[in-house]
Amino acid sequence: MGDVFRALADPTRRAILDVLQERDGQTLFELINRLVTRHGVSCSRQAVSQHLGVLEAAGLVCTRREGRYKFHHLDTTPLKAVTERWRIDP
Amino acid sequence: MRITLTSVFVDDQEKALRFYTDVLGFTKKNDVPLGEHRWLTVVSPEQPDGVELLLEPDEHPVAQAYKTGLVADGIPYNSFTVADVQAEYDRLTALGVAFTQPPAAMGPVTTAVLDDTCGNLLQIAATN
Repeated sequence: MGDVFRALADPTRRAILDVLQERDGQTLFELINRLVTRHGVSCSRQAVSQHLGVLEAAGLVCTRREGRYKFHHLDTTPLKAVTERWRIDP
Repeated sequence: MRITLTSVFVDDQEKALRFYTDVLGFTKKNDVPLGEHRWLTVVSPEQPDGVELLLEPDEHPVAQAYKTGLVADGIPYNSFTVADVQAEYDRLTALGVAFTQPPAAMGPVTTAVLDDTCGNLLQIAATN
């Protein structure tokens, strides 16, 4: 399991999570388009793939194959590690 | 020099002709027998003398690998202009067309991405 803290440390990876929160279940193509047109983050396909790999290892992104397509989904469950480590007082 | 033709690699020319005409709404322009295949082109009814789209057999193994790689990453092979992306999305979805991306504003354009059933994804786009 990758480190959720390290995964979140990179601004592009945080933008990828923002993009997946806008709409869950995106192809790499849609994700890259949203990054550049909605967040001003311009990144090569290879770079985004590598960032997705880090996010997937940390459990923040999971992928689903549907026929010949591959979709990326957001999973915020690992973020519990942050508040379990540093409790948020109500 | 003018651009008069572009092409898309399809897995079956007859099936492709039906999808590109009956579903997308293009019209057949040229259909010339050529050995086991055809020189088969369609045009937009809005521009009958405009750019022709050649429905080209994808038999070469490299063409198939290329298509598979693009589809896996959700990358469309061609992009077509429509007046209203949402209206086209609604019309095509009702006809059973699968989309990998529903209409979304992407900067100056709204786009959506659909499956052409012949091994490709296609983008439809309209300027906002």
